[in-house]
Amino acid sequence: MGEIVVRSLSGWGRSAPSRARVLLNPTVESIQHALRNADGRGVIARGLGRSYGDPAQNAGGLVIDMTGCNRIHCLDAERGLAVVDAGVSLDALMRAALPLRRWVPVLPGTRQVTVGGAIAADIHGKNHHSAGSFGNHVRSLELITADGSVTTLTPADELFWATVGGMGLTGIIVRATIALTPVESAYFIVDTDRTANLDELLALLTDGSDERYDYSAAWFDAISTGARLGRAVLTRGRLARADELPPTRRRNPLAFDAPQLCTAPAACPPRLANRVVFGALSEAWYRKAPARRRDEVQNLTSFYHPLDLIGQWNRAYGPRGFLQYQFVVPFGAEDTLRRIVEQIARSEHVSFLNVLKRFGAASVAPLSFPQPGWTLTVDFPIRRGLAEFCDRLDEQVLDVGGRLYLAKESRAAAATVARMYPRLQEWRTIRAAADPGGLFASDLSRRLEL
Amino acid sequence: MIDAVGNPQSLLLLGGTSEIALATAERYATRRGLRVVLAARPSPRLDTAAARLEGMGASVLTLPFDAAEFDAHPATIEKAFAEGDIDVTLVAFGVLGDQETAWTDHRSAVQLAQVNYTGAVSVGVLLAQALHRQGHGALVALSSAAAERPRRSNFCYGSAKAGLDAFYTGLTEALRPSGVTVSVIRPGFVHTKMTAGREPAPLSVTPEQVAEVIVDAVAQRREQAWVPGSMRYVMSALRHLPRPLFRRLPF
Repeated sequence: MGEIVVRSLSGWGRSAPSRARVLLNPTVESIQHALRNADGRGVIARGLGRSYGDPAQNAGGLVIDMTGCNRIHCLDAERGLAVVDAGVSLDALMRAALPLRRWVPVLPGTRQVTVGGAIAADIHGKNHHSAGSFGNHVRSLELITADGSVTTLTPADELFWATVGGMGLTGIIVRATIALTPVESAYFIVDTDRTANLDELLALLTDGSDERYDYSAAWFDAISTGARLGRAVLTRGRLARADELPPTRRRNPLAFDAPQLCTAPAACPPRLANRVVFGALSEAWYRKAPARRRDEVQNLTSFYHPLDLIGQWNRAYGPRGFLQYQFVVPFGAEDTLRRIVEQIARSEHVSFLNVLKRFGAASVAPLSFPQPGWTLTVDFPIRRGLAEFCDRLDEQVLDVGGRLYLAKESRAAAATVARMYPRLQEWRTIRAAADPGGLFASDLSRRLEL
Repeated sequence: MIDAVGNPQSLLLLGGTSEIALATAERYATRRGLRVVLAARPSPRLDTAAARLEGMGASVLTLPFDAAEFDAHPATIEKAFAEGDIDVTLVAFGVLGDQETAWTDHRSAVQLAQVNYTGAVSVGVLLAQALHRQGHGALVALSSAAAERPRRSNFCYGSAKAGLDAFYTGLTEALRPSGVTVSVIRPGFVHTKMTAGREPAPLSVTPEQVAEVIVDAVAQRREQAWVPGSMRYVMSALRHLPRPLFRRLPF
């Protein structure tokens, strides 16, 4: 039942591929059939493969490609509820919801993620401090558990919260009801501030002004050192009301187009990601931003998803792949944050796509990543010395009670991650009750001994 | 699983008392908790190696293994994989033998070829099956710079390594769709107990240097590596040297 092909799968970082049997275009029946016939190597669901590491691959086992399950069953404009298959992308959901004046409540750095993946990683966006993570907006979900039964879970169930952020290890999410936010336009009113260094940025983010914006995140320079250490471009905004738009856009305030300028070539030169290229890019990115601008109208691509302009941009890191290092440290750990930025800038590991953001309140989900504090994200091409370098960063993050984001994680020690997630044992207990035989498994779960 | 930067969780060393193999295990053990399977002929050396790795925090299983006992290989490999996936497998056994005995004494010649070539093929086939089943992993085979062009002074050893090299190079291609990387490592002269007392050839290296290259090849999913790196170009030049000149080289 269902078509099964053998594929080599990797995450967005293209760093650790493995081979698995992949069930295409699944249905509830074919998933149940597959679960009944699964062998000791287990089963995991996969969406659009935007996790950087290995959570959506399962070496030697079965992977269920959920992208074929992509029906939007119901969009209730009145109540703002969407009932969708788990394989529906946030891009598709957004396009369907916009004409009904509804907005996807949490968008990560790309819209090319599925609803199932968004729940499993409990993703966050630039509005985390005002809206929380994706799981906060899920009203119910349908989960196929290890025994093959389809269970409807709501926030009243502990298995619901073990599934939110549970990296797909509690079962196969097949459907979810998402609460959408009312919206008048697809445009943002954006304020931009350029800071000379990291300290200025942190001052701006802690002077109370950040609370006035629904959306806020900073790009920072991870190559310059000294007085320019961590110089940044902070963009903050909120969704525009229709009457705030210029007349040309007011006619169709919900218009949305996502232009793609080009696609990165399949084979990029291996050492494109070097200090000279990334240094020049960082300089240009910093210079092109206005020093201070208020109330600028920007579309979603320029404010939120500039990377969507280049398809398959992950190829630019060359054949060995790259990793994304994202951590959060609590408020009060600014010294550690500064020290880490300094170590990155001084290291031989270069990163261009760097984000710093202030997180709001944590979710109740035991494995949810965000917690009140600072989250920092950098991309490193895989090269010699990176293993040891990241291990040293891990220690400093752990020392101040911080943690790594499992949707990005691809290399930490199992023991380190266990200490970063103090509620891991609680999650394991819930998962063991739902899946006593350990049917659901991924390369991530084997690597981190989850 | 081998993570994005090349840290494995488990390791199988065939030729578990090989200095290169142990140097590799120690390199890995300093980074992460590691499960190591040492397959070798039982000996005090094996026990010492196991104790040393355990002292570094690794959990160690030893299995009796004789490279020339081909019939016992399937059971040994099965046992090695019985406790879970093996991320990195290293084919590190081999004997250098005495060249003059090896090409003049029938028994010695056959034994050298069996250990260095047939034994390597025997475990290669079994490892390929096991790794294909688990859908991931690295297979590292220790070839030799001597495999690239036989010389008067080492052609028995060199011919077996040439066979091993060809087999694992082919296996690299065959296993590519399986998600398994096969790396063929070609060290020059390595200072070990095997080469003790011999005149070191130019560009000689230590077992630790070879281990470093192995760890790097696994991390970068590199399919061929020479130790030292410059050996690649030296051997490339030597391979094309006319025979009358080649035979006059002083080493």
